[in-house]
Amino acid sequence: MPKLNMVSAINLALDQEMARNDRVMVLGEDVGREGGVFRVTDGLQAKYGPARVVDTPLAESAIVGVSLGLAAGGMVPVAEIQFEGFLYVAMDQLLNQLARYRTRSQGRFSLGVVVRVPWGGGIHAPEMHSDSPETVLVHSPGLTVVQPSNPFDAKGLMLSALRLGEPVVFCEPKRIYRAVKMEVPEEDYTVPIGKAKTVAEGTDLTIVAWGAMVREAVNARKELETLGHSAEVIDLRTLSPMDSQAVIESVRKTGRLVIVHEAPRTLGLGAEIAARVAEEALTSLLAPIERVTGFDTFMPLGLLEEHYLPDAGRITAAAKKALGVERVAA
Amino acid sequence: MNSRYFGRFDPSRAEKLQILDHEGRLNEELRPDLPDDRVRKLYERMVVMRVADQTALTLQREGRLGTYAPFYGQEACQASSAFLGPQDWLVPSYRETGALFMRGVPLSLLYRYWMGDERGMSLPDSTRILPVEIVVGAQPLHAVGLSWSLKLKGEKAAAVAYFGDGASSQGDVHEAMNFAGVFKTPTVFVCENNQFAISLPRKQQTAAESIAQRAAGYGFAGLLIDGNDLFAVAGAMVEALEACRGGGGPFLIEMLTYRYGPHTSSDDPTKYRTAEEVESQKPFDPLLRLRRYLESKGLWTDADEAAALEAGRLEAERAITAAEAMAPPSPMDIFSHTRKSAPAYVERQKAELADHLQRGGGHA
Repeated sequence: MPKLNMVSAINLALDQEMARNDRVMVLGEDVGREGGVFRVTDGLQAKYGPARVVDTPLAESAIVGVSLGLAAGGMVPVAEIQFEGFLYVAMDQLLNQLARYRTRSQGRFSLGVVVRVPWGGGIHAPEMHSDSPETVLVHSPGLTVVQPSNPFDAKGLMLSALRLGEPVVFCEPKRIYRAVKMEVPEEDYTVPIGKAKTVAEGTDLTIVAWGAMVREAVNARKELETLGHSAEVIDLRTLSPMDSQAVIESVRKTGRLVIVHEAPRTLGLGAEIAARVAEEALTSLLAPIERVTGFDTFMPLGLLEEHYLPDAGRITAAAKKALGVERVAA
Repeated sequence: MNSRYFGRFDPSRAEKLQILDHEGRLNEELRPDLPDDRVRKLYERMVVMRVADQTALTLQREGRLGTYAPFYGQEACQASSAFLGPQDWLVPSYRETGALFMRGVPLSLLYRYWMGDERGMSLPDSTRILPVEIVVGAQPLHAVGLSWSLKLKGEKAAAVAYFGDGASSQGDVHEAMNFAGVFKTPTVFVCENNQFAISLPRKQQTAAESIAQRAAGYGFAGLLIDGNDLFAVAGAMVEALEACRGGGGPFLIEMLTYRYGPHTSSDDPTKYRTAEEVESQKPFDPLLRLRRYLESKGLWTDADEAAALEAGRLEAERAITAAEAMAPPSPMDIFSHTRKSAPAYVERQKAELADHLQRGGGHA
């Protein structure tokens, strides 16, 4: 079994699905000749030709809006938006159009568009290249939002997304694009959309994270283990529809919850997770819910981004607070 | 391309194609392949269309229909959809009720939609029509993608994007035309320039001489036409559609017209234009000149006119009766189409509403 990083795993998924289904096409800025600025679509144009791997003019709204039309005509477009910060330019087409089209057409047009977007911070990029605006997307009831945390899930989730027949925003944590290599099967497999994964079991505390933050959560878990605490780590994998049940069940077992995300705290997905846990498992909680998140400020440029992004140290500190083993100054 | 119209008139100098003038005189040299018996039939449908439009506004005033965007004065533009083939796609804005009617969407369904019932957009899979677009200027991009898919699948067909002069200022319309030009999609952009974007007159929308001239900047042909002239509409549409089906395109047609009515039923046009201005446009009415033409050919009489109006009245009445006889949508329909299958937490919200209704809550 080949060992692949996330870039290669997503590339493999696209390649295999393009071979299997001639309606699948890739479009976006620099996705063809260049293979994408992160090389996720590398080699696809050479293999499938410029009619199926299309370098488009520089216009994000058009990339999404035209993909809607292509899907209405029976194609399965995979649209790349080069960085998450550029998604705002396409928001009308994404939220008012693509997400609502199934409802507007009374179910006639269920549009299988996959919008791939490199996501989040950690690569010392310029402004508007490091944000985590998933809340904006998850707030739309018609969008499926996915964020893998490792190469295996990335391939399996991408194949699921390509076959869903509904719009999916596929958030790709750019910080871990090449950070880890793992065994990724050549054969066809899918990872189900809408299912969280328990990465590591534990009894004293639940840590929920997604994307690049899963690695930080796992590292925090190791640190807590040396201190004698057993943390369960849940990778949400799909942000919408959210598998909150997995979190709730874990909290019923552990009684403590730490939520980790890169996005600012206010109305980050942590707020929704905390609300659902409060609604369904309040009496299981032994301590207040902790959120380890980006701050309610703008994501700083490269030199300060490590201070903004949650890391294992901050997660461990929050966990200790929840466990009551370390008093934190109010 | 063997063109009779595109390329023959320079839209940057506001040269426009007119075949039938407002007094009903036809320029035979420019006449498209539109036989008189077809003109007669189209005129009859345009009369019904106008009655149906006025009926919708009346229903709104009576509280039987929601906000409605009338197209009074734009009937020839709306009739352009009659020239689409069964293989072509219609991509409408909210003002294309007439175009949808001409394409065979039941009037009762259209009324139902404007009554606030989403089922009014339940169009069968065989209908090559996208749902009505409300955001101004969003839909041309969809038409570009759709026509691109037709090209990729090897279908000899086009997609027609309808929008107005207001929409022409939107970034998405620019992006749509640019993509269409780059990928040479079989798209026909139809700009119904009715002179107003709610209150903003066309002159404040762009400093350009015409909207059609923009096509040059995108590398394809644009044509300015008299949008109150059914012959010009037919000529431009058929030429563009046939070229698209033969591998050509895209095209931009700017149809100059005038909205006699309000932007929507909520609008008060006296705030931004005088009654005299509107009256000064009435001699250019698209129906009036067609009637004059048919009368001059001995193909139309006062009795025909009365019969057509009566047929329109009856058709609109039947449509209202059918629309109002439809059982109201179930509150549970709110949950029907968001996704293929609802997540567990949405199922619980659905159960919440069902439970509330069962306990006598909700709204009659």
